[in-house]
Amino acid sequence: MSGTYLGMPSFPRAARDAVQDVTLRANLRHATHTIRDKRAKAVAELEDWARLREAGKQIKNHTLRHLDRYLEQLEASVTAAGGTVHWAADAAEANRIVADLVKATGQNEVVKVKSMATQEIGLNEALEAEGIAAYETDLAELIVQLGHDRPSHILVPAIHRNRGEIRDIFRKEMGSWGRAAPEGLTEAPADLAEAARLHLREKFLRAKVGVSGANFMVAETGTIVVFESEGNGRMCLTLPETLISVVGIEKVVPTWRDLEVFLQTLPRSSTAERMNPYTSMWTGTADADGPGTFHLVLLDNGRTDSLADEVGRQALRCIRCSACLNVCPVYERAGGHAYGSVYPGPIGAILSPQLRGIQSEIDASLPYASSLCGACYEVCPVAIDIPEVLVHLREKVADQGGKGHRVERAAIKAAGWVLDHPAALAAGEKAAARTRRLHPRTLPGAGPWTAARELPELPAQSFRDWWKKNRTNGKKNRT
Amino acid sequence: MRVALFVTCVNDAVYPATGIATVRLLERLGVEVDFPAGQTCCGQPQYNTGYRRETEPLVRRTAQAFQGYEYVVTPSGSCAAMVREHYPKFGETALPARTYELTEFLVDVLGVTDVGAFFPHTVTYHPTCHGLRALGLGDRPRRLLEAVKGLELRELPVAEECCGFGGTFAVKNADVSAAMGQDKARNALATGADVLCAVDNSCLMHIGGILRRQDAPQRALHIADILACTEEEPLP
Ligand code: SF4
Repeated sequence: MSGTYLGMPSFPRAARDAVQDVTLRANLRHATHTIRDKRAKAVAELEDWARLREAGKQIKNHTLRHLDRYLEQLEASVTAAGGTVHWAADAAEANRIVADLVKATGQNEVVKVKSMATQEIGLNEALEAEGIAAYETDLAELIVQLGHDRPSHILVPAIHRNRGEIRDIFRKEMGSWGRAAPEGLTEAPADLAEAARLHLREKFLRAKVGVSGANFMVAETGTIVVFESEGNGRMCLTLPETLISVVGIEKVVPTWRDLEVFLQTLPRSSTAERMNPYTSMWTGTADADGPGTFHLVLLDNGRTDSLADEVGRQALRCIRCSACLNVCPVYERAGGHAYGSVYPGPIGAILSPQLRGIQSEIDASLPYASSLCGACYEVCPVAIDIPEVLVHLREKVADQGGKGHRVERAAIKAAGWVLDHPAALAAGEKAAARTRRLHPRTLPGAGPWTAARELPELPAQSFRDWWKKNRTNGKKNRT
Repeated sequence: MRVALFVTCVNDAVYPATGIATVRLLERLGVEVDFPAGQTCCGQPQYNTGYRRETEPLVRRTAQAFQGYEYVVTPSGSCAAMVREHYPKFGETALPARTYELTEFLVDVLGVTDVGAFFPHTVTYHPTCHGLRALGLGDRPRRLLEAVKGLELRELPVAEECCGFGGTFAVKNADVSAAMGQDKARNALATGADVLCAVDNSCLMHIGGILRRQDAPQRALHIADILACTEEEPLP
């Protein structure tokens, strides 16, 4: 994934800073609680939600099982419609393909539709290295880009910023990228939106090349689909002469009809809207309508590897609605940056270690970045059992050994022996109870616990002992 | 009726009062209680931390300890969830069908909501994640509490959010865990209740530990400890 995130500290350390950042916590709390309540209402409106959720899961599972077939069908349909398909095994290859395509047009700037795939591969940075400027046109992405920041949410990348911070970023940075912010810009939402509109309009009208991702690709027709709320995406998709779409291979669905499920579940899950405001669909090229040249870059970048993992592969069903982020109590406190990837929150915790492997410190820590409360699974519109995948990935991390895990396994083994010998357990409990007055309030090794909480006081006798004294063989023998 | 009590390792060693309360409560309702001595730990901490191989023998041991019982009752939502949700993944399918979390057993099997308890205090109820989502306990615990004489139930704000315990999560991600627990404790205190109650002592150990650190005037208590109380035998 993106080079921007390399060398990130592990999740617990990155989260510590976020937890202490009062503004960040307040911003996140307000935003996630508002959207999660709205989502719950929007979903409750549909009587057949459970069936839609199951249908979405089945469509995606079926497609993933026959991914090779549907991708070939997609390639044939796109080509027949006048587009060109490129296959990229990894980020570097995808970036090279896009850079070469842009250079071939003679341009040195592109406008971009918000896209997770291009962030995942670090396309903006790669283009910059080739002397090509990539302008984000989604309002929140623009805020992140102008702020020299990183996105912290799938859908609302600037969720960690409040209005005052956004106004300051616009005032300070817009001028160096193009049209400057109006004099005396206030933090009123309408003013901020207008400033962004004027700034972006200049870019839309000038750009010759557009770069997008996609929410879905339809194999039977070769149609690419983008859901968005602002209309900026539609400008990028229709105004430039050349359109380059970079899309993960898991985004294909077999038929046009399959979209009916996701057109209902995605907007309600992500923005709590009954229907998303702009749904753009394009199929190859058409004379005198939209871009004259269309390229589709199909991105693997670790996806076929996670497809090989029977438990983990369900993460590829994800439609990036971000509902799991908004309900996640860990995301709410830690913030998106702590996940060290463009995919934060619960889905990031299972997707990033699968796409990137579990060798790095951050990727090995991500499967533990959850209390396994299950709220993410409950809201997921394609029923990804995120807690199940987390535990599965924990097994891999624990197996791999390394920092802390060797000691941990030894401790768990020792405890396992005791737990397999009830007499030893009873003896241990007795010894602990007998010496309980001697236990210091901060036990060695219990540091992380006692930093914020008191340890429970040990009782004078275990339940086991009470039972032996007061009940035997199920009969009362009160003393 | 005869049931086997699965007291769980945390209750056995740290919260024996909850096990004793469960025994008193069930006996009061005419149930004969057995405590199979071969039981230790359901294996949840090992399993959730990624030690599947080390979990295996504990699954076998637990299943064996409770062989031959029609009902296995446990005062722990998360251990019941471990048995029900994850034991089948180890090929153990008989025990899950016979294992009941305490409130589930009272309401579904015994068919009672008024257990004849007396507890003259204000109480707020925290639905733990495993009780709420994995077991789907729904309003069973609340119905039981509402029927307790003298008890006044107070609504807990943002009740369904995780308290941040999460087993080893509390240690591996101590800062986030503490932040979550502090928010939960703040919400619980805002109710003004004397007691915070739940179906899981592990969550209560975490939230209660935070309350005690703050010298807060609220006590964390397992639901069994409340339901066992009567006018003649109040809270020990
Ligand atoms: S995992 Fe599910 S809830 Fe989370 S973003 Fe993906 S589809 Fe949405």
